[in-house]
Amino acid sequence: MPESPPQEAVVKVENLQTTFHTRIGPVRAVDGVSYAIGKGETLGIVGESGCGKSVTAFSLMRLIEPPGEVTGGAVWLGQENILEASETRMRELRGSRMAIIFQEPMTAFNPVLTIGYQMDEQISRHLGVSRQESRERAIDMLSLVGIPSPRERYANYPHQLSGGMRQRAMIAMALSCDPEFLIADEPTTALDVTIQGQILELIQSLQERLSMAVQFITHDLGVISEISDRVLVMYAGRTCEVAPTEILMSAPRHPYTSALIRSIPKFGQRVSRLPAIEGSVPSLYELPSGCAFQNRCPNAGQRCRDSHPPLTEMASGHQVACFHPVDR
Amino acid sequence: MTAYILRRLLQTAVVILLLSYFCYLLMTLMPGDPVDEMIMANPEITSADIDRLRALHGLDQPVWVRYWNWASSIASGDLGYSRTYRVPVTDILGPRLLNTFVLAGAALLVAVIVAIPLGVWAALRKNSTADYVINLFAFAGISVPSFWIAIVLILVFAVYIPIFPAGGTGSIAFDMTPWESFVDRLKYLVLPVLSLSFLSIGTYVRYTRAAMLESMGNDYIRTARAKGLGWPRIYLMHGFRNALIPLITVTALSFSTLFSGAIITETVFAYQGVGQLVFESIQSNDFNVAMVAFMISVSMVLLMNLIADLLYGVADPRISYA
Repeated sequence: MPESPPQEAVVKVENLQTTFHTRIGPVRAVDGVSYAIGKGETLGIVGESGCGKSVTAFSLMRLIEPPGEVTGGAVWLGQENILEASETRMRELRGSRMAIIFQEPMTAFNPVLTIGYQMDEQISRHLGVSRQESRERAIDMLSLVGIPSPRERYANYPHQLSGGMRQRAMIAMALSCDPEFLIADEPTTALDVTIQGQILELIQSLQERLSMAVQFITHDLGVISEISDRVLVMYAGRTCEVAPTEILMSAPRHPYTSALIRSIPKFGQRVSRLPAIEGSVPSLYELPSGCAFQNRCPNAGQRCRDSHPPLTEMASGHQVACFHPVDR
Repeated sequence: MTAYILRRLLQTAVVILLLSYFCYLLMTLMPGDPVDEMIMANPEITSADIDRLRALHGLDQPVWVRYWNWASSIASGDLGYSRTYRVPVTDILGPRLLNTFVLAGAALLVAVIVAIPLGVWAALRKNSTADYVINLFAFAGISVPSFWIAIVLILVFAVYIPIFPAGGTGSIAFDMTPWESFVDRLKYLVLPVLSLSFLSIGTYVRYTRAAMLESMGNDYIRTARAKGLGWPRIYLMHGFRNALIPLITVTALSFSTLFSGAIITETVFAYQGVGQLVFESIQSNDFNVAMVAFMISVSMVLLMNLIADLLYGVADPRISYA
């Protein structure tokens, strides 16, 4: 069961399970993931494509569509388990108390409506203010995220903004109703590197200012080490390792995390070949019994093939799901 | 925008000019000319008479000279004389055009009003029983020949349950008030409109369904849901608003085909429209009527194309004609 969060948790995920009912059979895209995020805290979630990090985010927002379905667990937003909330209640929560920023700023906006219209829609839906007030609020938000001449941008259509500006507008829209919990689903992946840095800084400064709980999803360990307080590493729908960022980056215990970190090129270091993780992620359709990482793991033994290693506390706030953790 | 419209109008004019020459050529390729009809009507005609008649009507001239004569008189506003009806083309074509316009317009309106909600419904309930039933009817509408549906409608609503007239454009009566004559016209319109719209409903349903499905699969729908918006707003302002863009083109273009394609329906219902007139005039070598009607059809297609393009720019802010 999840450890007690550092401060009072804004959001607490317990044993989340999301299943996709495919033609071949049910597939568990997220299998028993638990974590908590406190006020003003950023939890980074890292993993390869298809490891279930985005599905986790959508499950939290209850945006999973058939054939997918959240099949178990609990998601506490404050005192409320939102997995049991009605769809009407969810519509009240989405966009107001919890918000999400998507990966693709190019397609996340509706191309035929102005930025301002799309922001107003959300603001008037949740705050019930007049047109004039919601317009003022939208323009304030646009200037808060550092968009120059927000009044003009308010009247612009999405295609009239650059990718970076669109992602800023997306952030402005997500934050327009003061959410206490923000999910950022790879918000910088589609942007070029210089813009990436700006957007990361923006999210960080806004988080400090608004003291939100942020769940930051990425496959980029470099990004995660910059932005998050704690990191959760996912592999094939399960948690491998959770630790405070510095500890995870300097002393990872799970063989997968350790291999991931070794494969980041280091500044000033000359290598003929970057170390890579041999093999590939097993298909979720044919997960082996036992640890999902066994086929690529140097430490794997018989026990790893027989049963799944439970998440165990190695040190305070540092949990690892491995029978043969890496020693430092 | 104005410059764009002017440029397009100029292009349209050039295309109409080229097509008019082409149509004229096709007409001359048809066997027989008006003089042949006179020969058939009068067995005692001599070959000297024939040559004289040909020269009189300019039929001995080369095609391009005849075309030039025709085109310049059209340009000066003289549409010519109908040989069959023995009245100026304007007199016969004017009321016919109006009739067809009413028929095609009403059919389009009915088709759009019925098809778009059905298509949207089918898309939102994809793979449900409702979707399958709607699709079945849509495909039936696309595949059933127009004369068949017209005959079935006549049988059911004019013969078995005689509530509508089987054919015609209006009752012949002199003592009707304007209101009575309007209602009378409506009665005659119901069956042809139903039969004509039935054909386009199927097509529109399929287009609407496809456009709506495509739109609903976009990322911005997910964004709209993540904002906590309700379903009506997501479906209409985000889903349908985007599906509208391809629909505008399809609707505008098919309006022009409805216009020229009502021949079968007009014939079955003996409706006094342009389609029927064109058919008759081609059969009876009534050159002037046929050519003007052709030109109107051609212009309608081109004009509707232009309107579709302009509406496209209105519906989609990413397109600008500046």
